[in-house]
Amino acid sequence: MDLQAIAFYTLATILLAAAALVVTARNPVHSVLFLILAFFSGAGLFVLLGAEFLAMLLIVVYVGAVAVLFLFVVMMLDVDFVSLRSGFAQYLPVGLVVSGVLLLEMILVSGAVAGSGAASKVKAVAPTDQSNIEQIGRVLYTDYVYFFQAAGLVLLVAMIGAIVLTLRHKPGVRRQDIADQTARTRKTGLAIVKVVTGEGISE
Amino acid sequence: MSVGLPAYLAVAAALFTIGVFGIFVNRRNIIVVLMSIELILLAVNINLVSFSMFLHDVVGQIFAMFVLTVAAAEAAVGLAILVTFFRNRGDIAVDHANMMKG
Repeated sequence: MDLQAIAFYTLATILLAAAALVVTARNPVHSVLFLILAFFSGAGLFVLLGAEFLAMLLIVVYVGAVAVLFLFVVMMLDVDFVSLRSGFAQYLPVGLVVSGVLLLEMILVSGAVAGSGAASKVKAVAPTDQSNIEQIGRVLYTDYVYFFQAAGLVLLVAMIGAIVLTLRHKPGVRRQDIADQTARTRKTGLAIVKVVTGEGISE
Repeated sequence: MSVGLPAYLAVAAALFTIGVFGIFVNRRNIIVVLMSIELILLAVNINLVSFSMFLHDVVGQIFAMFVLTVAAAEAAVGLAILVTFFRNRGDIAVDHANMMKG
């Protein structure tokens, strides 16, 4: 067993254990922290495969943005999470049955694919000496440039949607009104008051 | 590579199964359901990247990037809907979310 196999089995074990703890943890904050651990292990698997750029992207996007967003929402919402777990035992049998059947099917299919060698019969592109990020850049900005821009549009729409959904105008909040500020004249903004000594200014 | 393609596919299959299991058992807790969806999409990405690396075709990684984009957008919009729902209802019990029903 060489170093690569040891790293693979360690990362895979941590990934699956963390994923199992995400779905079974009592506290959603723990779920989010295990989700971060699962994404780190997934990034480790990507590095092991040689996809360094996607591994770094996974850490930046998921751990840096999505997981923090989850953590923020979990901590912001004042919810009784214990009552939300009340259906856990009720749905456990059907969940086990469905996921067991699903796992069996996928293991059978991947075993059949590996056994028949269908994956290895696909005509593989000759490996190049370019780095991973150079390969991705050469394909992403040429053949897939429209898809790349469509992905940008998806992110823009998601950003606008999230802002529109969560924005609310509280009454009584004083905001800066620039038109109001620039429309002030000496007549509206200035008042000359005669102050009597010792009495101050009344409103 | 000493670890073959079937090992990566098995890990992805197990991760996908855990995600589906999480959706089933936590169906009242919408936050954990969203996290299970993220796990499922991570399993899909592992599949795409491992096929991409074993077949030396970089297009699989491009597609995994798009999956990542859509997953991030989905998490953002899903959590925004969740926050709005919480503001309106005071809780996040989605099994009572039948306000729009006729």
